[in-house]
Amino acid sequence: MSRLSVELPGLHLKNPIMPASGCFGFGREYSQFFDLDVLGAIMIKATTPEPRFGNPTPRVAETSSGMLNAIGLQNPGLDKVIHGELAWLGGYEVPIIANVAGSQIADYVKVAREISKVGNVKALELNISCPNVKEGGIAFGTVPEVAKEVTKAVKEVSSVPVYVKLSPNVSDIVEMAKAVEQGGADGLTMINTLVGMRLDLKTGKPILSNRTGGLSGPAIKPVALRMIYEVSQQVSIPIIGMGGIATAEDVIEFFYAGASAVAVGTANFVDPFVCPTIIDELPKLLDELGYDHISQCTGRSWKQNEAVANYRP
Amino acid sequence: MIKKERMKVLTHKELAPSIFELTLQGELVAEMYQPGQFVQVKTTEGTEPLLRRPISISSYDSNEKRFTMIYRAEGKGTTLLSQRKQAEAVDILGPLGNGFPLHEAKEGETVLLVGGGIGVPPLYQLSQMLVANGVKVIHVLGFQTKSAIFYEKEFSELGDTYIATVDGSYGTAGFVTTVIDKLEQVFTTIYSCGPTPMLKALEAGYREKKLYLSLEERMGCGIGACFACVCHTGDDPAGFSYKKVCSDGPVFRAGEVVL
Repeated sequence: MSRLSVELPGLHLKNPIMPASGCFGFGREYSQFFDLDVLGAIMIKATTPEPRFGNPTPRVAETSSGMLNAIGLQNPGLDKVIHGELAWLGGYEVPIIANVAGSQIADYVKVAREISKVGNVKALELNISCPNVKEGGIAFGTVPEVAKEVTKAVKEVSSVPVYVKLSPNVSDIVEMAKAVEQGGADGLTMINTLVGMRLDLKTGKPILSNRTGGLSGPAIKPVALRMIYEVSQQVSIPIIGMGGIATAEDVIEFFYAGASAVAVGTANFVDPFVCPTIIDELPKLLDELGYDHISQCTGRSWKQNEAVANYRP
Repeated sequence: MIKKERMKVLTHKELAPSIFELTLQGELVAEMYQPGQFVQVKTTEGTEPLLRRPISISSYDSNEKRFTMIYRAEGKGTTLLSQRKQAEAVDILGPLGNGFPLHEAKEGETVLLVGGGIGVPPLYQLSQMLVANGVKVIHVLGFQTKSAIFYEKEFSELGDTYIATVDGSYGTAGFVTTVIDKLEQVFTTIYSCGPTPMLKALEAGYREKKLYLSLEERMGCGIGACFACVCHTGDDPAGFSYKKVCSDGPVFRAGEVVL
């Protein structure tokens, strides 16, 4: 399996496949399908200082090759995540990336300080890009200076490396990426969902009670690839890529674009076995494509002129 | 245990306009243990529609390794499903959820089974199992109109069966509650499945009975991971406690969750 292993700040991953935050809960449901320790890591559901119920239903609506969600960061709050969910996950070896959310900088700081002390939390994912929470989240992810400020504040208190999750709902994602890099981010995760909407034919009103929701699934893959392609050439910190990944082929595309690891999101809802399936299929695909190690794929789209070791077309 | 399996189509037929009965065969049936559970159906090999469709199990036969579901072909996914032919495979995830508590009704007791429209199917397995336990069943089934009725004969073989149609074209004109109000109140327990307004009416009118409701909600994953089908609990209606319709339900005791 060493040909799939990846070293990233704080993360020694035996493979670069992890479920994306919000698409895997805290792992309990999926543990009935497979051993969680086959995963490279787990990005747990966003945690806020206090419990949140989230938005009224309907919280999901389907779209062509994708879905909209407006869950609204439902979670049991910091204490229960630490003493309940993370303690339970401590029964596994798999490294945890804790998604940190809030509605003001003090919230992020509080969650980051506490959750980063938990033994199995090897990195934080700073969620400054949730489109479904009115009072915050995305506000931090759309103004470069604010994103930099919150990154800096979290870096000061975190005991583990900090990855910042970028929103695609900005006019210049490279500017955002550079800002959080300057703020001290150890890595980036991208992309979060795209803000979208669907309307009910009979009522004429939005299907989602929140009116808008975040678009995910295969429909957003080209957007994610383009953004990772652009950002990865402009920053020197690694990127965990996400956005519509459902197959081993998708994974390789994300690596080509510039990702060093990937997260699988919506596909978990369609096929609970999708992560272990992809992990099983990757070595064969690397053989077919002529790579010894998956890291050789990172940035291949823009490293056109560099010789890629052992590449046999 | 929940399994994923490509199951074989044994029979597939249209019972009423847009109402299909699909019987599938496979190993997954061995995992079914309770009436009122459901499966998540992948209706296409491609990505449109992307998500699975939650469909209730209307009956299952562990010995023959087959189960039947009855669904309405309404949207893109169920319309695609309705085109599956005999011997083709259908990708099924299941069985999912917690169904009707069978043993709440004891031998010799009389219970009422109330179904509305496409909520009728899961009551069929329930009724069969209750009858096998020596429980007397009365069915009250509501439909929009005469042509939409299905399984009247099947239910009649198990117990008294009353039909209500909204437009009055068959049986009692009106809703299931129109029928129930006129029945002799000999039953102790009500099991129900149907549209939310029907469940609300039952909850409002028959609180003194042991009342079980099977809920319907838009779902993402069907296994409790996505938090799409969450509802408030009855004892904490504005707080943080919640139940997931897919994995805590879909069947709840009346009052357990906020409809």
